[in-house]
Amino acid sequence: MRRRAVEEGFFRALMVLAVALVVVGLLLIMAIITAKGVGSLSWEMITQAPQGGYYLGKSGGVLNAILGSLALAVGATALASIFAFPVCLYLQQDYAGQSRLASFVRTSLDLLWGIPSIVYGAFGFTVLLYLGMRASLLGGMIALTLVELPIMARAMEEAVRMVSQDLKEASYAMGGTRWETMRKIVLRQALPGILTAVLLAFGRGIGDAASVLFTAGYTDSLPRTLLDPVASLPLAVFFQLGTPFPEVQGRAHASAFILLVIVLIISVVSRMMGAKVSKYSVR
Amino acid sequence: MPHISVRNLTVAYDGQAILSDVSMDIPDRQITAVVGPSGCGKTTFLRCMNRLIDMTNGARVTGQVLIDGEDILAPDADLISLRKKMGLLSQKPQALPMSIYDNVAYGPRLHGLRDRKQLDALVERYLRMSSIWEEVKDRLHTPASRLSVGQQQRLCLSRGLAVEPEVLLCDEPTASLDPVSAQRIEQRFTELKQDYSIVLVTHILRQARRLADYIVFFYMGELVEHGPADQLLNDPRDDRTKAYLSGTIS
Ligand SMILES: Nc1ncnc2c1ncn2[C@@H]1O[C@H](COP(=O)(O)OP(=O)(O)OP(=O)(O)O)[C@@H](O)[C@H]1O
Ligand SMILES: [Mg+2]
Repeated sequence: MRRRAVEEGFFRALMVLAVALVVVGLLLIMAIITAKGVGSLSWEMITQAPQGGYYLGKSGGVLNAILGSLALAVGATALASIFAFPVCLYLQQDYAGQSRLASFVRTSLDLLWGIPSIVYGAFGFTVLLYLGMRASLLGGMIALTLVELPIMARAMEEAVRMVSQDLKEASYAMGGTRWETMRKIVLRQALPGILTAVLLAFGRGIGDAASVLFTAGYTDSLPRTLLDPVASLPLAVFFQLGTPFPEVQGRAHASAFILLVIVLIISVVSRMMGAKVSKYSVR
Repeated sequence: MPHISVRNLTVAYDGQAILSDVSMDIPDRQITAVVGPSGCGKTTFLRCMNRLIDMTNGARVTGQVLIDGEDILAPDADLISLRKKMGLLSQKPQALPMSIYDNVAYGPRLHGLRDRKQLDALVERYLRMSSIWEEVKDRLHTPASRLSVGQQQRLCLSRGLAVEPEVLLCDEPTASLDPVSAQRIEQRFTELKQDYSIVLVTHILRQARRLADYIVFFYMGELVEHGPADQLLNDPRDDRTKAYLSGTIS
């Protein structure tokens, strides 16, 4: 009896410790970014593009990078969803199921997940060169799509797999086709999980620097067309941190802070949406 | 009213026979009870009749199930119209992730009904038919998952009826219900057999006695005996049926 109580207490303590470490680590990162960044944060930072001499400490902001990052991540997330959603539906038992193709696709996605994003950047760059294009919003979006796709498809598949076979069969039994069942039942039931998957991918996409380094380029002007280069927040952080001027480094932290806030807003909004759509979910 | 004949139906999961060589006719406009010990293949038998067995990996089905002479096990059978014809009530009530109203309207909408007035009338008619209307009429647009299990099963019955099937396949429909809800479902069945052929899988012999006009007894994947309820219950021919009825095998 005594031994079991000790065991129970020990593992509980272990869990609390792990949670504490994770939370403290995250809070520390946020605190440092905030502490170092807030001082340089100004209205100007988020409403202006860099003016002449910005990287030497003169006036301006990172509006170019904010808009660029949003355009890149929103575009890539949309593109990735277009592919991830059919893939995750197809991997279900109702379609490919336990076939060899399905397990091959799953394994490939897991592999793709592990590839460093600089490789996607380099791959995207090669493709751009081959097509005779230069670094651009479109190129960046495509590279980011590749980065986001595996994470999104796998997370979506988890969500969709949770939908019970009995539930789907209830729809089939009434004469629903597979597609009708997917659209009206599976999608509804798995929507909170699907939203989470999209959000995960968006977070990964908007924070990624390496894949857009060669493919999207960097510019101080605001994005105008799909074929112009665009700036992005992660690269803005990178370039500003790389200068020897403390005020510019402060702005790097401010930029990181802005990135954090964007992800936070998206996360809260999608959580609210998730709560709304899960009202009808059956357990 | 379609007529169902089963000819040499054999089902194997991963090479192991679960139903072997079942042949029989299902009487029209009657309640046919399918009885037998757990694992004898009752659910499998039912799932062949609306081809839900297709969804099971590794199941191999041979033989024929003829509905009005047409073999529904043929690879080119029209599954949509088959499943529209064969309503299913499963053992565990499975509410769809939507409102009570949308649950009942689901089938009719699949089959093309869009008109709001017609849908309203239809939803009310079938909710009344499974005697749940009074309980839910003021909350038709709340999630169906909030209903009690017994209410959900009656909702599923309405939902199945709303597709306007001609045959009802019921897999232990009262197994997860309290006695009162079970009784309500049973009452519905006795009324429904005027218009439908009902195939009722049940574990409860007393339920079969109460409801069935015709009884089919399976044992270990084999169709042992089938016949009118009176005859099979009072004068069984096979020793295994006798043993099952007396409770020595279950
Ligand atoms: N997906 C499957 N794969 C392999 N074997 C299965 C599968 N589904 C059912 N079986 C086997 O087929 C046999 C018949 O199952 P079935 O569900 O038809 O029995 P049942 O008569 O409905 O039993 P119960 O009264 O317990 O519901 C059982 O031995 C079961 O183990
Ligand atoms: Mg069963």
